[in-house]
Amino acid sequence: MKTANLWAIGLMALPMAAQAQTEISWWHAMTGANSEVVEKIASDFNASQSDYVVKPVFKGTYPETLNAGIAAFRAGQSPDIIQVFDVGTGVMMGAQGAIKPVAEVLGEAGFTFDKSEYLPGIVGYYSSPEGEMLSFPYNSSAPIMFYNKDIFEKAGLDVNTPPKTWAEVWAAARQIKESGAATCGYTSTWLTWIHTENFAAWNNVSWGSNENGLAGTPELAVNGPLFVKHFQEMADLAKEGVFVYGGRTSEAKQNFTSGECGILTESSGGLGDIVKAGINYGIGQLPYDETATGAPQNTVPGGASLWVMGGKSDEVYKGVGTFFNYLSQTEVQQYLHEVSGYLPVTMAAYEATKASGFYETNPAREVPITQMMGKAPTENSKGVRAPNLPQIRDILNEEFEKMLAGQQTAEQAMTAAAERGNAAIRDATGG
Amino acid sequence: MRRTVFPHKLLPWLLLAPQLAITLIFFYWPAAQAFRQSVLREDPFGLSSQFVGLANFRKVLNDPAYLNAAQVTVVFSVLVAFFAMTIALFLAVQVEKIVRGKGLYRTLMIWPYAVAPAIAGMLWLFMFNPSFGTLAWPLRQLGINWNPLLDGEQAMALVVAAATWKQISYNFLFFVAGLQAIPKSLLEAAAIDGATKRRAFWTIVFPLLTPTTFFLLVVNTVYALFDTFGIIHAVTSGGPGKSTETLVYKVYNDGFVNLIMGDSAAQSVILMVIVISLTAFQFRFIEKRVHYG
Repeated sequence: MKTANLWAIGLMALPMAAQAQTEISWWHAMTGANSEVVEKIASDFNASQSDYVVKPVFKGTYPETLNAGIAAFRAGQSPDIIQVFDVGTGVMMGAQGAIKPVAEVLGEAGFTFDKSEYLPGIVGYYSSPEGEMLSFPYNSSAPIMFYNKDIFEKAGLDVNTPPKTWAEVWAAARQIKESGAATCGYTSTWLTWIHTENFAAWNNVSWGSNENGLAGTPELAVNGPLFVKHFQEMADLAKEGVFVYGGRTSEAKQNFTSGECGILTESSGGLGDIVKAGINYGIGQLPYDETATGAPQNTVPGGASLWVMGGKSDEVYKGVGTFFNYLSQTEVQQYLHEVSGYLPVTMAAYEATKASGFYETNPAREVPITQMMGKAPTENSKGVRAPNLPQIRDILNEEFEKMLAGQQTAEQAMTAAAERGNAAIRDATGG
Repeated sequence: MRRTVFPHKLLPWLLLAPQLAITLIFFYWPAAQAFRQSVLREDPFGLSSQFVGLANFRKVLNDPAYLNAAQVTVVFSVLVAFFAMTIALFLAVQVEKIVRGKGLYRTLMIWPYAVAPAIAGMLWLFMFNPSFGTLAWPLRQLGINWNPLLDGEQAMALVVAAATWKQISYNFLFFVAGLQAIPKSLLEAAAIDGATKRRAFWTIVFPLLTPTTFFLLVVNTVYALFDTFGIIHAVTSGGPGKSTETLVYKVYNDGFVNLIMGDSAAQSVILMVIVISLTAFQFRFIEKRVHYG
């Protein structure tokens, strides 16, 4: 709140100096190399025209940025643009009056917003049930599989054919452990995002009713038979020490980069750290369950999008619209995709990257896109949404941890998670 | 005795103003906000707000997760206060026996106090991380299945150790001061009467230290309750499951992660009541000076 005030004071003092230019504040949560991308995009935009100045401000982690935005809104000093992570999408959508839909902003600024120019899997996730795009997909990622080629070789596995199904992953992981090639066969970051939300989409099973919550309040279905089967397999592997749990978010990446584990499922955005670790790695598609009909379907995007806050002047909205139009330009998207490892959001940028031969030298970089675009999404694979998704994830994580510690079976864990999650959803919707 | 009366009416107020302003802005105002928030049910953005009376309190007190957090807090606080004080007392007594370099030992002992809680947490996390921790490896070699990421008791042990380590310095300082205040004549008299060192400690030193011990007990409890947020946040984030989620951590988690403002505010009001009673308790008893000397 204090920094929000200071920022507001700063804003009031500045227009004197640059009278003709309208300032647009952009709160974001990007660190390291990705924050340099934010700075570069903003300064390039500022240099490209003279009416608007976009000022990026780093506000901490994703949840911290969201909280700062909410606190600032309550104090009447919200930023113009705020970056909100995927799980915060439901919270923002529920806040009509606090936000202004991106499609509207673009339209009022005199740009035509053509949905068909954007990757359908991404736009679908950030749209209202009526199909209006609500936020601008700035950085989208997809879960993929990384494997350590040296460990594969030591274990006598074929380094050029990564396992495709979960059953194959379990077998490979066991072989890695039993052959002594590594102490751990398989690990995964983000169990909730990868093993429930994307697991549902990729295997075309329901995560929750009402199109996984996209068409209304969901009733969780994570206690379905396929989830129970999958998690029981993971619990058994954990008991054997073949699967090692790293933590609730991206901690497990270290178990992979340290050479402890042979296989990892992680966000495509995690590529940078794996490259930096100097591991002889390979990339494969996210595994699917071979017993699921129609699998693999398509994965759903993670990452974050840019939301426009409500109650600003027309001049500001015009500037935001101009900026978003600039962001969707092919060269900007191509730069973003190639440097940061996030997905391009427009078809044109994807085609341009393809044409440039980038995927021939970096074939693995296309995997998350083909995964998301492979098939037209079904009602199980457009993404998941709940008014309190962060809380649902917490509940799931707590039950997973108890299960992996051997205190309960997968069936008990998933039943408890669904019950507690549904109670929390009812609470959040005032039901 | 003559009371000094200053002629100015305004000056005292002026001198008090900065402190009063700070108290009003940083304590009374947020506290009032918390009270207000605790009887409302609001969406995160505050767009719609509904008066619900004491419903939030009823909900919180009937929530099994809240009772779990209360239990975790009691276990955590008792362990931290007990270990932080016993170890500090032991070290303080040992330092008294050193003839040369007392100052150096004391300085070294006081250092950890300067470490911020979050940093302390990170240090312990790095040492005991199951995959790359330098001390996790020897534990494994000893045949201990060390995995605080999944084992709730080990996670608790880890946060207790980190919180204790940080607090030992503070307690040490007070115990050293307390020991120095004990008249040498009493100890000499005991020695002449043929009392062993151990007996002299338990019958003379320990009872004379009671005021210090009692003061530290209250301070340590308050520390374990409220100042350990950074350590828990850095080491376990309340997990695995909910096995290290204390009351303070739950306020943060419900309010700032899950954005349930009403519940979170109700919980902080309850915490406020706990602090006020603890402080009242301390004043009542410390003023009377628990003293058996």
